[in-house]
Amino acid sequence: MVDAMSTRIFIPRDVAALAVGADEVARAVAAQAAALGTAVTIVRTGSRGLFWLEPMVEVETPLGRIAYGPVQAGDVAALFTAGWLTGATHPLRVGRPEDHPFLARQTRLTFARCGIVDPLSVEDYKAAGGYRGLAKAIEVGGAATVEAVTKSGLRGRGGAGFPTGIKWKTVRDAISDQKYVVCNADEGDSGTFADRMILEGDPFCLIEGMTIAGLAVGATRGYIYSRSEYPHANATMRAALDIARAAGLLGRDILGSGLEFHLELRVGAGAYVCGEETALLESLEGKRGVVRAKPPLPALKGLFGRPTVVNNLLSLATIPVIMDLGAQYYADFGMGRSRGTMPIQLAGNVLHGGLFETAFGLTLGEIVMEVGGGTNSRRPVRAVQAGGPLGAYLPPSQFDTPYDYEAFAARDALIGHGGLVVFDDTVDMAHMARFAMEFCAEESCGKCTPCRIGSTRGAEVVDRILAGRDVAANIALLEDLCNTMKFGSLCALGGFTPYPVLSAVRHFPEDFHTRNSPGRPLPAAAE
Amino acid sequence: MPILHALQETFGHVPEDAVPLLADALNLSRADVHGIVSFYHDFREAPAGRHVVKLCRAEACQSMGGHALAEGLLRRLGLDWGGTTGDGQVTIEPVYCLGLCACAPAALIDGRPLGRLNRERLDAAVNEARNDWSTP
Repeated sequence: MVDAMSTRIFIPRDVAALAVGADEVARAVAAQAAALGTAVTIVRTGSRGLFWLEPMVEVETPLGRIAYGPVQAGDVAALFTAGWLTGATHPLRVGRPEDHPFLARQTRLTFARCGIVDPLSVEDYKAAGGYRGLAKAIEVGGAATVEAVTKSGLRGRGGAGFPTGIKWKTVRDAISDQKYVVCNADEGDSGTFADRMILEGDPFCLIEGMTIAGLAVGATRGYIYSRSEYPHANATMRAALDIARAAGLLGRDILGSGLEFHLELRVGAGAYVCGEETALLESLEGKRGVVRAKPPLPALKGLFGRPTVVNNLLSLATIPVIMDLGAQYYADFGMGRSRGTMPIQLAGNVLHGGLFETAFGLTLGEIVMEVGGGTNSRRPVRAVQAGGPLGAYLPPSQFDTPYDYEAFAARDALIGHGGLVVFDDTVDMAHMARFAMEFCAEESCGKCTPCRIGSTRGAEVVDRILAGRDVAANIALLEDLCNTMKFGSLCALGGFTPYPVLSAVRHFPEDFHTRNSPGRPLPAAAE
Repeated sequence: MPILHALQETFGHVPEDAVPLLADALNLSRADVHGIVSFYHDFREAPAGRHVVKLCRAEACQSMGGHALAEGLLRRLGLDWGGTTGDGQVTIEPVYCLGLCACAPAALIDGRPLGRLNRERLDAAVNEARNDWSTP
């Protein structure tokens, strides 16, 4: 029980906060409070997503929740002395988190609760609006739920941007003895962490979203496919699933409505390609994560050959708010055919890295320079990689591109899963192009030749360019090879690896053409 | 997959002897099981060192100097990726993204996350692991 006289102190348990000392801070707070004889209750939350301020500690005061950060264990005694329990001033005081410009500028729909609630408290979840979406879906029924999701304009947040409602309708209309809902939480893209933040910070939101999907398409079983690189997220999700089962929120008769839905967590084993939906299904079936040829679509022949909804975690975690507040409410955000909000993840060499959920339509430059504050190293921004390891590198001259699926596609770039990785002017873009090929070679499932062989040959061609041999001819060869991979690969791994490679060649030709020219230092490999 | 994860958790690797047992129990061929074990980067066919340091090599960590940091550590230890120190204490493995991209460069040491790494912090953590003879 919470003592009425006890002050609640919120300390994140998000792994990014743990990585910079949140557990040590929690121990120091408990020890210092005990030494002072002050009653405090420590609540471990997810992260608000202001990672440069982590560990960011919030104290419940008469003024509301007041944040301090980045707090180290050594700061704790001074914070007590300064009077942080009443929200007193201190050099680390951030103030009310919602007044902070980084949060004030956001529209948090999918991430409305993340970092605020105790992720393993169903009471907290319900008090913050949880399970209103499912109640609505039960009230209106499956067909109307599919219609609402279609009307909301929600598109797959994993990268492909396919309309979620249309996928659901295909599965709903399929006739089968068993259907499945699969959550793709195999968030392998560098520069992305939004799925992880939900798993760690608001797991019931995903459980509710998947339950609604099950109701909408007539599936009674679901799987969450997560990554072995996320041990903390998996532990939290497992605990949340146990709590949901015990509370009757999963199982045979959910909320007394007669609705049946069973949900399990499965963990991958370090294969990036399993983020591709058909490789993921193979892996879930216990096989090598080898890509399947499409058609048949997973919506008709998916897991164990049955009709299956495969949605990204962010898409599923957005369903409850759409059902709760209405399709129109969600669709009113955004621009063009990109409706609603996108949880953008700012990462890499950026001053204010973190999670920034906003309606589509800000320009790339506004996001990187105004929201992100430019580079962490305080050097000029040279490139931004958008959409993970298969996404294009964009130079500052393209910072006027609006954040929108179609606007990015028009510039041969991807929104992907919403990651933006910032690089300063010390980056060697030829090296990054080589890395893209090397990564594809390492992670290729081996089924199709353009990806399996093309990526290895591609890395060799970049090596020749790096060594200054027949540079112009090798660049032409690289472009030709990229075209073969783009149009001849079975899935996005081989098909999209050309994006980072070709964008590097196109936007940063000086890194390729002037190798070994007078005045330029030799690359490390040639020294 | 859950069986392979459990084996690796218990033994630190997936022993070759387990392959025929699994094949028999799951009604698969030994080739099928071997194919699955060898497909996934996580499953080791031989034991690792006492402590496993997973260093992120992905782009976000590279943008913060992760490449030089990793190369430097490997050079000082005289190891290649996947190598184990002579005393059997530490194995250095590559990992592609821990989701700590806004606190780069990042690593996971025996499941303990570390962010905003520099040479000093990384060396201290690796040395601590080298001198820690307990089993994690």
